[in-house]
Amino acid sequence: MARMKLVLVGNGMAGMRTLEELLKAAPGMYDITVFGDEPHPNYNRIMLSPVLAGEQTVEQSVLNSREWYATNGITLHTGKRVAKIDRKNRYVETDDGMRAEYDRLLLATGSKPFILPVPGADLEGVIGFRDIADVDRMIQASSQYKHAVVIGGGLLGLEAANGLKLRGMDVSVVHIGDWLLERQLDEPAARLLQQNLEAKGLKFLLRKQTAELLPCRSELARDQDARIAGKPAPTGRVGAVRFKDGETIPADLVVMAVGIRPNTELAESAGLHCNRGLVVNDTMQTITDARIYAVGECVSHRGIAYGLVAPLFEQAKVAANHLAEHGVARYQGSMTSTKLKVTGIDLFSAGNFMGDSSTESLVFSDAAAGTYKKLVLKDNKLVGACIYGDTIDGTWYFDMLREGTDIAQFRKTILFGQHHLGDSGHGPAERVAALPDSAEICGCNGVCKGTIVAAIRDLKLFTLDEVKAHTKASASCGSCTGLVEAVLAHTVGGNYSAAPSKKPLCKCTEHSHDEVIAAIKDQGLKTMDAVFEALEWSTPDGCASCRPAVNYYLLARWPAEYQDDAQSRFTNERAHGNIQKDGSFSVVPRMWGGLTNPKELRAIADVAEKYKVPEVKVTGGQRIDLFGVKKTDLPAMWKDLSDAGFVSGHAYGKALRTVKTCVGAKWCRFGTQDSTGLGVKLEQLTWGSWMPHKYKLAVSGCPRNCAEATIKDFGVVCVDSGYELHVGGNGGIKVRVTDLLTKVETEEQVMEYTGAFAQLYREEAHYLERTAPWVERVGLAHIKAKVVDDAAGRAELYERFKFGQQFAQIDPWKERAEGAEAHEFQPIRISA
Amino acid sequence: MNDWIAITHLDDIPRQGARVVELSHDDAVNRIALFRTAADEIYAVRDKCPHRGGPLSEGIVHGGQVTCPLHSWKIDLVTGEAVLPDKGCARTYATKVEDGQVFLKLA
Ligand SMILES: Cc1cc2nc3c(=O)[nH]c(=O)nc-3n(C[C@H](O)[C@H](O)[C@H](O)COP(=O)(O)OP(=O)(O)OC[C@H]3O[C@@H](n4cnc5c(N)ncnc54)[C@H](O)[C@@H]3O)c2cc1C
Ligand code: HEM
Ligand code: SF4
Ligand code: FES
Repeated sequence: MARMKLVLVGNGMAGMRTLEELLKAAPGMYDITVFGDEPHPNYNRIMLSPVLAGEQTVEQSVLNSREWYATNGITLHTGKRVAKIDRKNRYVETDDGMRAEYDRLLLATGSKPFILPVPGADLEGVIGFRDIADVDRMIQASSQYKHAVVIGGGLLGLEAANGLKLRGMDVSVVHIGDWLLERQLDEPAARLLQQNLEAKGLKFLLRKQTAELLPCRSELARDQDARIAGKPAPTGRVGAVRFKDGETIPADLVVMAVGIRPNTELAESAGLHCNRGLVVNDTMQTITDARIYAVGECVSHRGIAYGLVAPLFEQAKVAANHLAEHGVARYQGSMTSTKLKVTGIDLFSAGNFMGDSSTESLVFSDAAAGTYKKLVLKDNKLVGACIYGDTIDGTWYFDMLREGTDIAQFRKTILFGQHHLGDSGHGPAERVAALPDSAEICGCNGVCKGTIVAAIRDLKLFTLDEVKAHTKASASCGSCTGLVEAVLAHTVGGNYSAAPSKKPLCKCTEHSHDEVIAAIKDQGLKTMDAVFEALEWSTPDGCASCRPAVNYYLLARWPAEYQDDAQSRFTNERAHGNIQKDGSFSVVPRMWGGLTNPKELRAIADVAEKYKVPEVKVTGGQRIDLFGVKKTDLPAMWKDLSDAGFVSGHAYGKALRTVKTCVGAKWCRFGTQDSTGLGVKLEQLTWGSWMPHKYKLAVSGCPRNCAEATIKDFGVVCVDSGYELHVGGNGGIKVRVTDLLTKVETEEQVMEYTGAFAQLYREEAHYLERTAPWVERVGLAHIKAKVVDDAAGRAELYERFKFGQQFAQIDPWKERAEGAEAHEFQPIRISA
Repeated sequence: MNDWIAITHLDDIPRQGARVVELSHDDAVNRIALFRTAADEIYAVRDKCPHRGGPLSEGIVHGGQVTCPLHSWKIDLVTGEAVLPDKGCARTYATKVEDGQVFLKLA
């Protein structure tokens, strides 16, 4: 079947975001052609303000490079304006006659700056602020002329004025309203802002209405000469602005920033219904023609045309969902918040910040410090906020506003902000920007945001590794890595590249995890030294990051040949116990599937008494944990446990930990299968196997799922007709629910899938990567292809798993009880 | 006590590993970690990380350094100093090896 054709008109932020979402949702579904009338690939329009201010370059603002289009098989026509849509024959045509047929058409033509219809508006030097060409004109003007007048005291106008001022021009901002940013700020906040901007050298003319733009005097003179000579007046360059009250000010450049108008010319010419924007429904289809979708500033949805990217990106998601024929998403409108991108000025506003007779306001104002905060409440809910100066809590307020949080509980303190991170640490990145310096980012090492920011600034750090090394933030459990990256991105701004395409395994090598894994396999490298040599390690014997990783990769690839290197393992795995904070160890004997019996319990009780174990606890994985064991006692204790028939529970290792089971069909009135018995079999199959990270299984006897199988690395949920297999879940700081891998009918199949999935993870995941991030990185489709769809491949994976298990299922406790590695446990004693 | 004490044999310390020497002395116990590097050099460092007292003897030994098992500070075995950017110092002791016999000097 030929692929469907999709044409995008408007190579801008909303349209391209839609394509990106579409490529994610349904790669290869369409042949895609993009038309844009600007000569550039898609760039970040928002960044035009910092580009104008000289804080960023145009290159940095590019979002999708030409290579990106090529790699994704998208045909890109830049500098081509689409002039016509033939809806009957389904093609579009550019003004120079190029045609493209479509099955679906996406219109994202953005908007145009509104140019006041005053005399002189067509003079040279009168421009809007919309695209790279406008910025070029402004930069050009700033190098030749002195006087700039910005008409419009809104966000765009102020950003333009700020940029032109920084480029050395003398800038006046003309505004018709009583105060600046009246759509974002109330009067007191706006006064503070104005003072601040005046301190930067900007001039403001409020309550002024522009009457006319006059040509520059020399040209005016020429103009008059022309009139006398009877020739038509040439349109020269602007020279002055005259207001309704008669005042005139000089102007060599006039930037109109009085608003935008949805760019619907093309849509209207094609007979699509427009009413202050191209009208679409909740699926982002035009109401006139269901084959035509539209997103972005050109659109009117439920009567609203948005002018900020956040809502447009939500629209893009919905449009992509329907273009991909998933057909479930609905766009229902957005609530927006604003910030002004003028360096050194912080303001935030959202919702009904002015308030009315039905609302009450909480206000905090410190004019001396230049801060102002107003929160508008209605029925104990936040309905609006307007903050100037100290905006760190802006996103926090915005979240509460959107979610309609009941704030009765903390009404008294809400004005003072959040002050602590609260639960997550996984919120959206911009939230980090709003955190106070005292917010703890890395819970493990107690590192606050202020410390990280100071280190980044003072030591000029650029990468996550550097931040880790200097602050220890994210150097431990790593769950705050995202937050640290966000702090980094926020602090160093556009210079920080979030995802370098290739990340070396550690500082000893250039090679990535995947390259090391591949080299071990393809070049048949079977010792650590061989790896270091073949891959040109920069250190003689690696470091504490790469040695455990390489040791694991070798072990996983060459189970029969490779000799495990104890000195390349973390202490827990070397001592076969969990080191506790006081240096003692804990001992967890294996209990198959969580089953035990009086004899085993008696043996555990005896051991606990004999070695004076201070605390005994039942673990979350249905095992018994003996805490506070001295390292020197470990071998003797293991001997006793081993004699009673126990093997190590590997509760300390990057290895198969436990198989948790529920009651199951044997006893439970809901049980559909023997979950306990199956759990025991699975544990006997998998115990002892080393993994990239810890690995947990569970088997539930019915969908009530008492064993919580859907937050395990591999979970089995029994149903009447068989077994559902779920993968990639975990509890912990960031809970992830499993994805359904497949459903099978027999216990034998469960065993095979269990082994095959585990082996694929063992062979492909990076060391210290749990199944959850691995599944997200490689995608469930990849795993299904290898484990579900390819029966022969699955059988081979299972065979390799079982082969490796021959060498892995040797009880480390028994070996050590019999004297192996004795030096590990015996100190040399000297008394003096 | 200015003398060399014969402690153990080179072969009894795992390469890229460590042994602990427990020194009891007026009821106090001082633990010294005796490291053997990949190049068979022997170093003695107090078994207490300058950060929060982690047992350095349990760390991974690489080059002339050990990485503490608790929070991954790197300690230089020759000087006992934490590797920058971390700052701190663990006490070191003189060692020598003669005919496979390892000696330690406590003063
Ligand atoms: C200086 C500036 C600063 C901004 N700052 C912010 C901010 O801080 N935060 C925020 O949320 N938003 C900001 N915005 C707004 C934001 O950039 C826009 O909301 C967003 O870019 C709109 O995306 P779009 O895809 O709808 O339109 P655009 O990005 O404008 O894309 C439309 C594209 O279609 C092309 N086109 C139009 N008609 C045709 C045709 N017939 N044939 C071919 N091509 C055509 C246009 O040339 C344009 O390239 C800012 C805008 C500007 C100008
Ligand atoms: C739909 C609702 C549920 C029903 C009807 C249900 C019912 C049952 C029943 C009948 C038992 C067996 C009791 C016995 O005979 O010993 C059981 C056990 C258990 N349930 Fe549930 N359950 C439900 C949901 C859950 C959930 C959501 C959890 C936890 C997240 C849970 C956790 C447990 C645990 C831990 C056990 C003990 C299993 C074991 O370790 O042996 N249950 N449940
Ligand atoms: S999961 Fe089902 S079978 Fe297992 S204990 Fe819960 S209710 Fe019973
Ligand atoms: S105790 Fe050694 S790094 Fe913290």
